[in-house]
Amino acid sequence: MRLAILGAGAVGGSVAELAGEYGHEVVALANSSQAAVADDEELDVESALERAASDESLGSSDPDRVFETDYDVLVEATPTTLGDAEPGFSHVERALSDDKHVVLANKGPVAERYEDVRALERESAGSVRFEAAVGGAIPVLSTIEDCTPQAVTAVRGVLNGTANFILTRMAAEGLEYEHVLAEAQDLGVAEADPAFDVDGTDAALKCVILANVLADGGFSLQDADVTGIQDVPPSALELATEDGRTIRLVGEATREGVRVGPRLVPENGAMAVSGTRNIVQIQTRHAGDLYSSGRGAGGPETATAVLSDVGRL
Amino acid sequence: MSDEYASGSSTTGTAADSEVEADDATAADREGNSPETDGGQQAYTVRLELVDEPGELLRALAPISEHGGNLLSIHHERGNITPRGHIPVEVDLECVPARFDDVVDGLREAGINVIQAGPERYGEELTVVLVGHLVETDLSDSLSRIEGEAHAGVLDLSLNAPDGTDAISSARLRLAVDTGRRETVLDALRSLADEKGLSLIEPLSGGEI
Repeated sequence: MRLAILGAGAVGGSVAELAGEYGHEVVALANSSQAAVADDEELDVESALERAASDESLGSSDPDRVFETDYDVLVEATPTTLGDAEPGFSHVERALSDDKHVVLANKGPVAERYEDVRALERESAGSVRFEAAVGGAIPVLSTIEDCTPQAVTAVRGVLNGTANFILTRMAAEGLEYEHVLAEAQDLGVAEADPAFDVDGTDAALKCVILANVLADGGFSLQDADVTGIQDVPPSALELATEDGRTIRLVGEATREGVRVGPRLVPENGAMAVSGTRNIVQIQTRHAGDLYSSGRGAGGPETATAVLSDVGRL
Repeated sequence: MSDEYASGSSTTGTAADSEVEADDATAADREGNSPETDGGQQAYTVRLELVDEPGELLRALAPISEHGGNLLSIHHERGNITPRGHIPVEVDLECVPARFDDVVDGLREAGINVIQAGPERYGEELTVVLVGHLVETDLSDSLSRIEGEAHAGVLDLSLNAPDGTDAISSARLRLAVDTGRRETVLDALRSLADEKGLSLIEPLSGGEI
């Protein structure tokens, strides 16, 4: 497949780097202001990424030129935005209207405008996949697809590595939230502005996507009941531990709704993953519970999910 | 050691005399937990928690006969104390199954703490953690309301207030809830937490995982 990649950050860059290994070719790579496109000659991904890393221009073309290249799959890896999910949504719209496939790493369009995306897909010869938007490298959506969404009754999971790292450290060391957050920022586990992760928004967006898949649409972030971890004191973790439990930020998606919040889970149970690991429990009607655990974020990890999607097209 | 009162004891003054002889006939049935008797009466055990004050036992038993239950026996475990410092009382009674809910509701309306009611009731335990200004928002009122409004029995409470009772503290509550009423109890806990500005850390739904 010929890939046009929008977004040259950790995920987009890794997709570009790994595409060859998966038997695909990169014909365009763009960030918000510049693009490197293959016209007659092959695009040199390595040097384009090196230029981008050293703050030089990624390429000399206008990002809009990406849509004029001869590509099969648009990989949308620009940052997630809320509300109208722009510009991600317009990128999806443009590719589908040209009958191209779209693989999303960007959560916005399928969390905030799922019905619109599906309507555009119905009109197009292309299709939309978004495995990378939920749980990074963990095959969540493809597992649901394999079980058929109708046979899945609920999906629950620890879906944010930053929040999980903080709760794990707080429980292990008996430290305050603020202290552990600063440590996580020093380690690069938490962003300078960690709000999106610790207030539950990121996990909620993933669960909204899952609920949309289960119910075939109907949910956006404002339908989710979300509580973050900022108010969990060490004393609560200590009480939980005394009772053989711990606290994790758990998201839950069903056809009825989306809830995210700190939950008590058995300390030695499957849900009590530690550090930045994620875990997903898929509750099925006929096959009990299925679990998948692994790295829910990271450039090469998420790129793996993108490239798996490309392979499924 | 527990004091045992004979069924139909005058302690209650309310048990229907005509039912006293039913005691022996149903004792075996109660043991075997298959207690269908003539007239569709069924034996039930309710476990109550009483404040150690004169007249409390009598007050607790009145709603049973008022709502159509016949007392069979009472175990008043004076030597035992529940985690909240109250006295556990076990009451065997019989009634038609359709009236049992009325009996239990009647007990609760009378302000009696029912911690277990019948073999199929209070079949689940639920552990939650409450976080916030627990003491300033009147913890004992919160507990009474959990028992009264949420219809859950508080089995155990652990309070962790490392920075003193006027700072943020946490409490772990182990509750007994009726089978199938877990969501209702959680809803009531959520409302209570909202109203008092507390955070409720719920157990994960979907079983022990």
